[in-house]
Amino acid sequence: MLFKDVFKQTLLVVSMATALGLSGLASAADDTIKVGVLHSLSGTMAISETTLKDTMLMLIDEQNKKGGVLGKKLEAVVVDPASNWPLFAEKARDLIEKDKVAATFGCWTSVSRKSVLPVFEEKNSLLFYPVQYEGEESSKNVFYTGAAPNQQAIPAVDYLMKEGEVKRWVLAGTDYVYPRTTNKILEAYLKSKGVDEKDIMINYTPFGHSDWQSIVADIKKFGGEGKKTAVVSTINGDANVPFYKELGNQGISAEDIPVVAFSVGEEELSGIDTKPLVGHLAAWNYFMSVDNDANKDFIKQWKAYTKNDKRVTNDPMEAHVIGFNMWVKAVEQAKSTDTDKVAEAMIGQEVPNLTGGTAKMLPNHHLTKPVLIGEIQEDGQFEVVSKTPEVAGDAWSDFLPDSKNIVADWTGKETDGKPCGNYNTETKKCSGQKYE
Amino acid sequence: MLKTHDLPRIFLLSLLLWFSPLLQAEQESAAFTQAAALFAEASFDKTGEAIDLLAASGDPEVVPYLQALLDGKLYQHEEQGTLVIVADGASTDGLRKIPTKNSLRRSLRAAIGQLSLSSPDASVRLTSANGLLETITPDMAPQLRGLLDKETDPAVQEALSLGLAMADLNAAEQPVRLAAIASLAGNLNPGVRNRLTTMTTDSDAAVAKAAQASLKAIEDRAELYGYAETLFFGLSLGSVLVLAAIGLAITFGVMGVINMAHGELIMLGAYTTYIVQQLMPQAIDYSLFVAVPAAFIVSGLMGILIERTVIRHLYGRPLETLLATFGISLILQQLVRTVISPQNVPVSNPSWMSGSLEINSVLSLTYNRLYIVLFCLMVFALLYFVLRKTNLGLQVRAVSQNRAMARAMGVRSARVDALTFGLGSGIAGVAGVALSQLTNVGPNLGQSYIIDSFMVVVFGGVGNLWGTLVAGLSLGVVNKVLEPWAGAVLAKILVLVFIILFIQKRPRGLFPQKGRAAGD
Repeated sequence: MLFKDVFKQTLLVVSMATALGLSGLASAADDTIKVGVLHSLSGTMAISETTLKDTMLMLIDEQNKKGGVLGKKLEAVVVDPASNWPLFAEKARDLIEKDKVAATFGCWTSVSRKSVLPVFEEKNSLLFYPVQYEGEESSKNVFYTGAAPNQQAIPAVDYLMKEGEVKRWVLAGTDYVYPRTTNKILEAYLKSKGVDEKDIMINYTPFGHSDWQSIVADIKKFGGEGKKTAVVSTINGDANVPFYKELGNQGISAEDIPVVAFSVGEEELSGIDTKPLVGHLAAWNYFMSVDNDANKDFIKQWKAYTKNDKRVTNDPMEAHVIGFNMWVKAVEQAKSTDTDKVAEAMIGQEVPNLTGGTAKMLPNHHLTKPVLIGEIQEDGQFEVVSKTPEVAGDAWSDFLPDSKNIVADWTGKETDGKPCGNYNTETKKCSGQKYE
Repeated sequence: MLKTHDLPRIFLLSLLLWFSPLLQAEQESAAFTQAAALFAEASFDKTGEAIDLLAASGDPEVVPYLQALLDGKLYQHEEQGTLVIVADGASTDGLRKIPTKNSLRRSLRAAIGQLSLSSPDASVRLTSANGLLETITPDMAPQLRGLLDKETDPAVQEALSLGLAMADLNAAEQPVRLAAIASLAGNLNPGVRNRLTTMTTDSDAAVAKAAQASLKAIEDRAELYGYAETLFFGLSLGSVLVLAAIGLAITFGVMGVINMAHGELIMLGAYTTYIVQQLMPQAIDYSLFVAVPAAFIVSGLMGILIERTVIRHLYGRPLETLLATFGISLILQQLVRTVISPQNVPVSNPSWMSGSLEINSVLSLTYNRLYIVLFCLMVFALLYFVLRKTNLGLQVRAVSQNRAMARAMGVRSARVDALTFGLGSGIAGVAGVALSQLTNVGPNLGQSYIIDSFMVVVFGGVGNLWGTLVAGLSLGVVNKVLEPWAGAVLAKILVLVFIILFIQKRPRGLFPQKGRAAGD
């Protein structure tokens, strides 16, 4: 008897839920525009990505208060791909097919982006990708609102060459695609600047590496040979903490051998003891410490939204702010959420960034961004020591032999009339996207 | 005799004497006001000019201000523009911090060094003399000779004569240069090495030859110290492995329980350190002395709880134990994520664990590693004592060798099981305290050590404490010897391949148990 009751009840609940869900869907399709948020809320990347989900919810909330887009309210559809790369593709497919989102904001690691790319191209939907990455890609369906290597890595090296008179380079990274590609580009760039092969030391370590004694001792030896040395770090995640600690313990200060990092931002510093890191550098396109009204308003809004006075803002958050504002403007200009129309309207779109300049969407789906170099302070913030004017993002690096003849232009101006993300200017061929 | 016509002169003299400090003060404040005006422009270039200006004044009074700027404690009054040194924790209302950057901090250090070469404090003189080595020029030789004659402190004397020899390398006369080169043979200062390397191609053949000979002596010594350094790195990595594995050597080695939650017991110890530090933020330096017993108790009690509730029912069923303890490890991880935070937590190093013991300029042993090697040996000795010399140890060994016989002799085997498991778990917690000083403390901390721990115990020979010690230390050294030429990733792989091959050849590890103790 009992079993029967339970069964009956369950059936009732399920059918009610389905009915509710369906009616919800039906009404939603009419008067809201859906926006997908594809960030890991669990697993190893949750630390970084949860913040971006909250940023998106805040932006959508804010836009709805202003009356939404095209007279309709925006509705966020949040899914959790759980730091699992194949799951990213499944969740992306769900967002596009089942939820019929107009655009998706998401991904952090390059491998997750590579995983969802074929889905967005097949289903012809839009993805806004907010994180600095290794370049060598330009898809019709992706807008890259983070930095390309020429907007982060190369200006950072230039700064050290000019300001620090650095002659020897240690390229240290975690062993995966982003550090390897970035270091390949940097190595080629340094050589083109006349740096000798033996003045470049390259080192890779696994994720979460904690015993840095020998590597730091090697760096010390390498730096003690009479030429000013710097470390360019693409070390990712929490392996940075023992790395900087070991540097401090072996007596290497930022004045002797500065470390410039591409993956250490305010969020990463908020959980650690920053004393051993003071004076080391990071290169980004945004720092929380940038002093201007737009940024102050944004920080205030963020702290109010999260109801936490200690929350920090960081570079990928700014990328989402820019990407979202551009999408809103593009939709309003296109008067539709149709992918092709919005993608066309996106190019050339200009919105103010949070560092007092303007971000412009280029025909290669990358942004113009200023490059900021900051020194880590004891409070976990950055003191900006150098700021460049806006730099145009370059999808295909000019310093790699394989990609120096390749350009991306989705308006077709530079690619002989045919829009293409992978056009070889020598063979005059568009070879489509290469997936890895 | 005082004459009347002298009076005006005396008056003038006293007037001068009266005014001279004032004059000086005015001059000094002129440098200060100029510098303050430059600081107020809030640009790094102007700050640099201000530093040069203050340094050029040659006045020792400016040193505390430069030092404060270097330490990030120099502020400027926003309205009056006066410079203020702010003590730790003091209010900075209405003050603007003067920012610096690396290149400015370098010139600050140089300026402070120059200004304090004649400081009354020997340690200050030593740092400034050492700082000079990088920027030495031949025309500084007379000045250094003068200072050397007056110097009484042996360490400063050494630094100054080294500086003098470096200055003499550029001297015009060949014999002076040759003497300087000869005196530098075997000196490990990196500056010396670089200078001599450039001199091996000197146009003067005799000088080039002497430089080569001196350089050879330097490189031989440096190589020797290089081996010592690798050995130290290896031992320190090894001691971390031993610490992580030694608790397991008891639960797995002695009791035969495959405890997959061992890593999480280490993690609990590390979190205990964090909580202890949160409870006593004023006394971080002493926190570890509280954390070690606290971690032992927390992890030990957790171990006893696990044993009483789960493992007790699964003795003799290794597969089920493996699954059950793996489940417990996931539960503990999630518990920490829910209760504390899914993110890593910051654990500070006490000041006595930061920095390094400098033996010479090529060999320095970092204090945190040094203390952990010592700590590991202490824990080992203590555990060895407990197992060999105490009543509990005797009972533990009796139960693990022959349970039925031990019970027949009146040993309460269930109680001994619980205590043994608690001891092994407690030691894991203590290892967690040590690891919290080296690596990140987060929910996944345990996972990264569980494989290594099993590897060490199996390699050393199950049930043998000495085996664990030798295996851990030797694996550490092998790993560090391989690392320079194979890279961190490949070195680890090579070690694992080596262990697989070794276990094929000797399945019972380095020190297999013999006779009846071997069980089956």
